[in-house]
Amino acid sequence: MKHQLSLSINGDPYEVLVEPYCSLLDLLRDQLHLTGTKKGCDEGDCGACTVLIDDQTVTSCMMLALDARDKAITTVEGLVQDNTLHPVQEAFVQYGGVQCGFCTPGLIMSGVGLLLENPDPTEEEVRFAIGGNLCRCTGYAKVVQAILKAAETMRATAS
Amino acid sequence: MNRFAYREALTVQEAVDILSREEGGRVIAGATDVLIRWRQGAWKPRYVLNIKRIPGLDAVSYSPETGLSLGTLVTIRTLERHALVRHCYPALAQAATAFAGVQIRNLATVGGNACNASPAGDTLPALLAYGAVCRLVGPAGERLVSLQHFFQGPGLTTLQPAELLVELCLPPLPPRTGALYIKHSPRATMDIAAVGVASVVSLGEQDGICQDVKITLGAVAPTVVRAHAAEAVLQGSLVDAARIQQAAQAALEDARPIDDIRGTAGHRRAVIAPLVRRTLHYAVQMAQGTELSLQTQRGLAVEAIF
Repeated sequence: MKHQLSLSINGDPYEVLVEPYCSLLDLLRDQLHLTGTKKGCDEGDCGACTVLIDDQTVTSCMMLALDARDKAITTVEGLVQDNTLHPVQEAFVQYGGVQCGFCTPGLIMSGVGLLLENPDPTEEEVRFAIGGNLCRCTGYAKVVQAILKAAETMRATAS
Repeated sequence: MNRFAYREALTVQEAVDILSREEGGRVIAGATDVLIRWRQGAWKPRYVLNIKRIPGLDAVSYSPETGLSLGTLVTIRTLERHALVRHCYPALAQAATAFAGVQIRNLATVGGNACNASPAGDTLPALLAYGAVCRLVGPAGERLVSLQHFFQGPGLTTLQPAELLVELCLPPLPPRTGALYIKHSPRATMDIAAVGVASVVSLGEQDGICQDVKITLGAVAPTVVRAHAAEAVLQGSLVDAARIQQAAQAALEDARPIDDIRGTAGHRRAVIAPLVRRTLHYAVQMAQGTELSLQTQRGLAVEAIF
């Protein structure tokens, strides 16, 4: 039996009907066609499906959609503001943090989640924060560099 | 994968009533274990009962008289970041930093980690070493069970049908207590412990005599276990390098490791003594007043093979 669910995604209110066993990831991708969030392993190991819930990163495959009731979800689609990329997205492009791109939305969300909590992380803290995101192309060096640069940009803009 | 129904409880009593009334339920909070088992087909619940919205069960409180109270819904991420946990029960915060990745730590709960009863559960050696007591609520009312007796085997607990774990209580610790957890696993993040060891040491006021010690081992027996023989070597003794080495060797007596994908029984036996020795060494240093930064503690707690 489908249940009614209301939640906010990227600032917009949604009212949807979902099956009890539907994950938040499947709701986003299959029902709402927000396919920026990727399905890698579907068992919480790869981090490709990372989204923010009330500003905390979670693997959306490991959460039932119904558990997101009344929560505020941010997906990679929600990072662009006024047609401008988020500083973390911009830095991934600029510093070559993207190769095949499959892990990129998840890594970007982990980067954004880290910078919300800690605007001035060390390299070690960045590596620790993205420990739950697998990337088979980049070797992580450019990803780490991009997140550190984004942090710098965001601090400069904030001050 | 079977199709399960969804129930939600807003009070503990409501949860107990639903579980008593309807068979085939699985309690979920973070759901990170249940969803995996369900997708694997290992668990086929008729319904899941979400307890995550029961108010108050995510509370952390501490008093020097009664110790630490962790509501069952406290997330692993909260254990990692909570100032009181870091300060008073550091091995628990260290274990939390070694647990999966940030995204899972934001979902997974301490009560769920206990109820999953994996011998390799990351928070469990620390909880056991700190003497955690479980508060359970079921159809017959409330009861307290020590964590040591809560675990019955891999994935098995003393929880009765329709009974919930609602709180973990950790007694207060004497002054001059130090603690370290080390997780030895193939990878530094997103992995399961091949061996986990926690040591909690309390020293006497001036003499350096060990007043109290708990040493616990994860992933080397059907449940997380106390290393009683190792504790006995140190209890009431002057703790020096030779004693620590002797205790580390004695820890093997309580280990019954098996071969699995993360290591052979032989590998596990080979690393137990070095891990116990290292946890004791740093626990004693901390008990003597050495301050270790959280970053240093995290560096010590995570030992990747590769």
